[in-house]
Amino acid sequence: MVLVYAESPKGKFKKSAFEAVTYGHKTAQVLGTQCVALTLGDAENAGQLGQYGASKVVSVGDAALNSFDSQVHAAVIANAAAAVGASVVVISHSSSGKALIGRLAARMDAGSVSAAKAVPTNDGAFKVKTNVFSGKAIAEYQINSDNKVISLMGNAIQPEVTGGDVAVEALTVEVPASRVTIKEVKTVEGTVPLPEAELVVSAGRGMKGPENWGIIEELATTLGATTACSRPVADTGWRPHHEHVGQTGVAVSPNLYIAAGISGAIQHLAGVNSSKIIVVINKDPEAPFFKAADYGVVGDLFEVVPRLNQALKDYNANN
Amino acid sequence: MKLLVCVSKTPETTAKISFSGDNTQFNEAGVNFIMNPYDEWYALVRALELKEKAGGSVTIINVGPKANDTVIRKGLAIGADNAVRIDAAPKSSLFVAKQIAAHAKAEGYDMVFLGKETIDYNGSEVGGMVAELLDQPYVSFATGMEVNGTTATVTREIEGGEEVADIDTPFVLSASKGLAEQRIPNMRGIMMAKRKPLKVVPAIDAVDLAVIAGYELPPAKSAVKLIDPENMDELVRLLHEEAKVI
Ligand SMILES: Cc1cc2nc3c(=O)[nH]c(=O)nc-3n(C[C@H](O)[C@H](O)[C@H](O)COP(=O)(O)OP(=O)(O)OC[C@H]3O[C@@H](n4cnc5c(N)ncnc54)[C@H](O)[C@@H]3O)c2cc1C
Repeated sequence: MVLVYAESPKGKFKKSAFEAVTYGHKTAQVLGTQCVALTLGDAENAGQLGQYGASKVVSVGDAALNSFDSQVHAAVIANAAAAVGASVVVISHSSSGKALIGRLAARMDAGSVSAAKAVPTNDGAFKVKTNVFSGKAIAEYQINSDNKVISLMGNAIQPEVTGGDVAVEALTVEVPASRVTIKEVKTVEGTVPLPEAELVVSAGRGMKGPENWGIIEELATTLGATTACSRPVADTGWRPHHEHVGQTGVAVSPNLYIAAGISGAIQHLAGVNSSKIIVVINKDPEAPFFKAADYGVVGDLFEVVPRLNQALKDYNANN
Repeated sequence: MKLLVCVSKTPETTAKISFSGDNTQFNEAGVNFIMNPYDEWYALVRALELKEKAGGSVTIINVGPKANDTVIRKGLAIGADNAVRIDAAPKSSLFVAKQIAAHAKAEGYDMVFLGKETIDYNGSEVGGMVAELLDQPYVSFATGMEVNGTTATVTREIEGGEEVADIDTPFVLSASKGLAEQRIPNMRGIMMAKRKPLKVVPAIDAVDLAVIAGYELPPAKSAVKLIDPENMDELVRLLHEEAKVI
């Protein structure tokens, strides 16, 4: 049995939860078994996880699980896996997932693969691919243990509707007490967090100063994209640290990454090379980023970015 | 405070990545190795700052072969008091975590620090594993920490924002950008590092449950399509019709 933990922050599923269930369903098919989805704490309309291939949904509704503590959540997920007889656990490679994967692997004494980018194969050996060297290469891991834990990279596969809603069963497992006291949670509302974003507009030192970011924010708003930046931009405080993309920042895997005024240093590319399509806007035709780009615009970003914004607005108005 | 900092050795950020032995082995020839930046810049420095303020000791631990001693000595040069190297090939995350946890359990540290990920295998797994094996809380991706007696107030990255929490020692913490500022070792530090104790201990028994069977390089990008900067309608059209991303 494959157990998928479908995260429901503030009681609601995000796309990453549907991706994880789709992945769990496909993994179950590879193994010739079934996929059960697990929700913790509040989870509105959990039966919809059946649409993505879960044969049933089990839910541990304890309100204590509405705030995240990796120690508590890992224990509950492992307890749930034991209760439903699952040896394979799939989670999202989200902030929570990154805290959970190691705990779950240690707790279940399982071989694990972090940030998987493709559905496992199982021709005698169980193998899963993931990016390594910050996206400069792909490694195929082989898991030799019966217990297996996999976290799924955001946007690596798309959710697929294969059926209808299924029944949600309440599951009673031990929920240990948390040893962490959460005092404050600060989230930026209304924008998709960078690691999950499908559209990203990113800018670098070519912007000259933080006061010029208006054109980047406008472009991002028109597209419904999340904003990002290069490291020196975050280091000098022009933009917040959580926008820093690259080898020593956030790794992104959007469908579209637009980079304006970023030279494309190897450490920056390391964070963006899982993007499906890259657009580079730079006044220097020799900027290394053009070698990694699908579409390039050689020009002054202060003219090109507003022009692109207008073109997108026109497009939106006609579609 | 008795503090442990886990450090790993990674290829330098500009290293050329290639493979040998029918794509089963990372080709180390000509590659410069460094201390994993998250371990060095944030985890180690924050531990040193705590020691400087409240007293105690900072121990560095690495699981790896003798060749890793240069990276360990750099940590000592930056200011750690002593180091332990578990003499084994670090082939899987759980193997490494079991080695670190065995040492930490025997020594009883107040805090175990490590970087949020290594820049080579990018797994973010070892911290959670060590915490689980020690049955301790885990603060992942910490960007700030203030310590008051045995309680720490930590800020950590969560989806689209951050969270502030109180947590009592002992615990495990993975360090992200913002937790501390990089320190460059000075001449005195480098000289002193040569005399600081570096204990080499054998590994405990543990099996590699997940191993890398092979590598591949990402498919080469086709050449960039240049768009007239005056004609952004054309770019929008291509993004919609050709790339199908909008
Ligand atoms: C260990 C290590 C880790 C690192 N990690 C990261 C990381 O994670 N992420 C990261 O981003 N960097 C990282 N770096 C830094 C990296 O090497 C580069 O220095 C950095 O990415 C450069 O940022 P930039 O492209 O914004 O600035 P620059 O390199 O200064 O590039 C600015 C670009 O803007 C263009 N430009 C200027 N004006 C205009 C205009 N009006 N219109 C159009 N284009 C214009 C220029 O032609 C230039 O290409 C790391 C470095 C090291 C050593």
